Amino acid sequence: MAKEVLQGTLDLMVLKTLETMGPQHGFGLAKRILQISEGILNLNQGTLYPALLRLEQRGWIKSKWGTSDNNRQAKFYELTAKGRRQIAEEKESWELTVSVMERFLRNRVAGKD
Amino acid sequence: MLSRLWNLFRRKRLERELDIELRYHLESLEAEHRSRGLTPYEARLAARRDFGGLSQVQEVYRDQRGIPMLETLLRDVRFSLRSIRRTPVVTFAVIATLAIGIGANTTIFSVVNGILIKPLPYPDSDRLITLSHSAPGVNVADVASAPFLYFIEREQNQTFEGVALFGSGSATVTGQGDPQLVRRLFVTSDLLPTLGIAPLLGRYFSERDDAPGAPDTVVLSYGFWQRHFGGDTAVIGRSLTIDAQPWTIIGVMPQRFRFLDQQVDVITPQRLNRGQVTVGGYFRRSIARLKPGITLEQASADVQRMIPIAIESFPPGPGSSREQIVRSKLRPNLRPLKETVIGDARTALWVIMGTIAILLMIACANVSNLILVRTEGRHQELSIRAALGAGWGRIARELLTESAVLTLIGGTLGTGFAYGSLRLLIAMAPANLPRREEIAIDPPVLLFTLGLSVFSGLLFGLVPIVRYSRPWLGATLSAARRWSTGTGERVRVRAALVVAQVALALVLLIGAGLMIRTFQQLSRVSPGFTDPAEVQTFQIGIPQATEPDPELTVRRQQDILNRLAALPGVSAAAFISDLPMGGGVAADLLVPEGKIFREGESPRSTQSRFISPGVFNTLHIPLVTGRDMTWTDIYEKRPVVMVSENLARLEWGSPGAAIGKRLRGASSADQWREIVGVVGDVRDRGLNQPVTATVYYPIFGERVYNNRVYVWRSVTYAIRSTRTETPAFIDEIRQAVWAVDRNLPLVNLRTMADVLETTLERTSFTLVMLAIAGTMALLLGVIGLYGAISYGVSQRTREIGVRIALGAQSRQVQRMFLRQGLVITIVGMVLGLGGAAALTRSMSSLLFEVHPLDPLTYVGVCVVLILAAALASYLPSRRVSNIDPIQSLRAE
Repeated sequence: MAKEVLQGTLDLMVLKTLETMGPQHGFGLAKRILQISEGILNLNQGTLYPALLRLEQRGWIKSKWGTSDNNRQAKFYELTAKGRRQIAEEKESWELTVSVMERFLRNRVAGKD
Repeated sequence: MLSRLWNLFRRKRLERELDIELRYHLESLEAEHRSRGLTPYEARLAARRDFGGLSQVQEVYRDQRGIPMLETLLRDVRFSLRSIRRTPVVTFAVIATLAIGIGANTTIFSVVNGILIKPLPYPDSDRLITLSHSAPGVNVADVASAPFLYFIEREQNQTFEGVALFGSGSATVTGQGDPQLVRRLFVTSDLLPTLGIAPLLGRYFSERDDAPGAPDTVVLSYGFWQRHFGGDTAVIGRSLTIDAQPWTIIGVMPQRFRFLDQQVDVITPQRLNRGQVTVGGYFRRSIARLKPGITLEQASADVQRMIPIAIESFPPGPGSSREQIVRSKLRPNLRPLKETVIGDARTALWVIMGTIAILLMIACANVSNLILVRTEGRHQELSIRAALGAGWGRIARELLTESAVLTLIGGTLGTGFAYGSLRLLIAMAPANLPRREEIAIDPPVLLFTLGLSVFSGLLFGLVPIVRYSRPWLGATLSAARRWSTGTGERVRVRAALVVAQVALALVLLIGAGLMIRTFQQLSRVSPGFTDPAEVQTFQIGIPQATEPDPELTVRRQQDILNRLAALPGVSAAAFISDLPMGGGVAADLLVPEGKIFREGESPRSTQSRFISPGVFNTLHIPLVTGRDMTWTDIYEKRPVVMVSENLARLEWGSPGAAIGKRLRGASSADQWREIVGVVGDVRDRGLNQPVTATVYYPIFGERVYNNRVYVWRSVTYAIRSTRTETPAFIDEIRQAVWAVDRNLPLVNLRTMADVLETTLERTSFTLVMLAIAGTMALLLGVIGLYGAISYGVSQRTREIGVRIALGAQSRQVQRMFLRQGLVITIVGMVLGLGGAAALTRSMSSLLFEVHPLDPLTYVGVCVVLILAAALASYLPSRRVSNIDPIQSLRAE
């Protein structure tokens, strides 16, 4: 029943997770995303890293080295001010897409009846 | 994008960081799985599964981090750097050859760019023209301009945005330290607006400053302002003593201001009085700025229309008539201002540029050969890689990257080399080379160098590519290669390169040879005077303000002369209006008494000099017949004159017949003058020019060329002594002059030999450049030939071994190589002769009494080249005799 992650949605998931949870390392992010999706998503956890790099290159998140809970060196990602604004934007466009899709699907169903 | 570029430079660190990050993730996953009770092995597998393809992630990550194409390029560059480090000798030879080739081209190009290509330093300078005229009716090609033309052209033109008249001269500045002779520019108030230049400080002349009777105002050049006032900005409104009169400083020009090719210290208004202008007086030059979109032809038609108006608008000058002026057929002679500034430097520069470009091509051919040799050494490596599936593109790219890396290193070194040699070149270049101060290595030049590097990289980089990146694996990997005799395509490519080198070298050598022959011919020409090194010359000018009376001015000049003649070691001394070969305009029209001009015939144009007694004796110009001028002739203003021998022969048949005959200038106001002496001819315009017909007038007198009483305020003294140029002598001369007038500056202190040398400067400069290029070309060509033959010998060692084993004499084999070298040379020479015959035509204006197809030069160069080629093929072919057949067969 698990679904592949839609291209582009992963970015918003990462941003949103960082917003709610504060600075996180890659492993923590992956765990949290899977946890929230409650097993619906099939995430190849490795794909997270190119996504993180992409977000960093766009200036939406920044990274710094720190120590993890188990006292190991890990890279922590953190939302930037630009990233925070981006969430609002992405959310809006996502909601728009959802509402359009919803209307479209309902009409189609209605037409069938 | 920038961060990506930056990432390229810290790849190692980023790679390590990614590694740490991913490992942490994997290990955390693993630990989690273990804590759920999986065995370590199962946990690791589960972690891998959750994570997905590790190397895929890394690959995607890397691509996103950097710029893939650039990374490949960097890898290629690193690879080629490693590979060129493996063969340091060849690499050094290649880079050195390229550095010299590119450096020499950069140097010469920066000269060509500075002089020929760069626009003049004025806004929209392509609209600036020289507004000159010509008078074909009296055989004068260039009569410049005159006030009567200027006024009408300024007032009635339809094609100009501005017209200005100017003239140049000198003036004496006194008041601070030693008196100074400065260069003065006389201008109309529209000159700077026409050029489009504003002053740095103060203001430029207004029309009121330029009106007749206006107070004396002056604008300073930046250089003069710095030297004389130390750059003091409070200089505006102060007074400067010019020719013993106070002038008010109203402005200073900016540093970048250049006036054509003239040195300027002070600028003063002309203050022409329109009411007194007459037709004639062509002593001024004129520039104009065309309105946008107007062509030179349209402007010419406009000026042509205005010339008759100008002639009608003003009364004819004294001694001339309107008919005379109409008969002179005055017409416009407009040309771009830049052309006037550059003058005849154009041909010499293009010839030198072409020469150096040919040299670069030879260098490239040589480098190609070296690279081929090296690539051949990598034969095995390349064929294995091709066999393993490396594509054509891949190998071609690598070979090309390699040559690009080599040329860029060469180009960088070459630019450094150019910086140094440019300084040397400017120091060496003729002083009369125009726009010297605009020569520099600037962005266009650097762009040229870069283009050149890429071009030559492609040029020699393509040869090995064409040869080696094609799939030919089977043949080369097999043992068959061992027995290849090297007579195949590979040798043909190399032979073709050497042929090209020989051909190009021949062209350059012939160019250099022709210049050497020109120099030889010039050195056989007598200038008309002898022992020029023993004549010290200098110029002084007595301002009108300090001595207004003409006769007293001459007396003062004679007073100075007497003191100079009395100096120890002086055998003769005199003074003259302009030194022979020292410049001056030769366009005075001569009318011999009784001569009837036929239809279409016009008076001869001659050079005029004004002399004191003793000039010919001092300069060692022989007196052919008659007598010299005397002081009595001068002070009594007697109507006497002396002429040069060739003029006497042309007009009267012989020197003897000329004595007692009379002549005058074209103006009917001139008086008839009797010829009292005939002197030897002088090559006044330079050794490479025909002798000039010259008329020598007394230094002081009346009614010559429209002047009532005339005197030369600025004269050149000539002193014959064996003590020339010694500091003590110079000092004695100075004291002698200053004993008469402490305020007289001495300028242009030089010997007659210096004057003579100046006229040869351009020829010798071209000669030196061509000789250097020719020698380098010969050397490179010979090295190329030597390399080709000796490489052939080494490649064919086994074949030679077999031949000798089968009974061939080593002499026979040697002769085979020698023949091969000579065939290459002769093919190259035939091609080169064709090229030289075509190219040297463009040099004909630089040559003197040497035909561009001068047989002596052609034969001589061919002989030199054949000898050099024979030697270059003989030396390596001698190694044949050292080949031991047994060993050469066993070698592999």
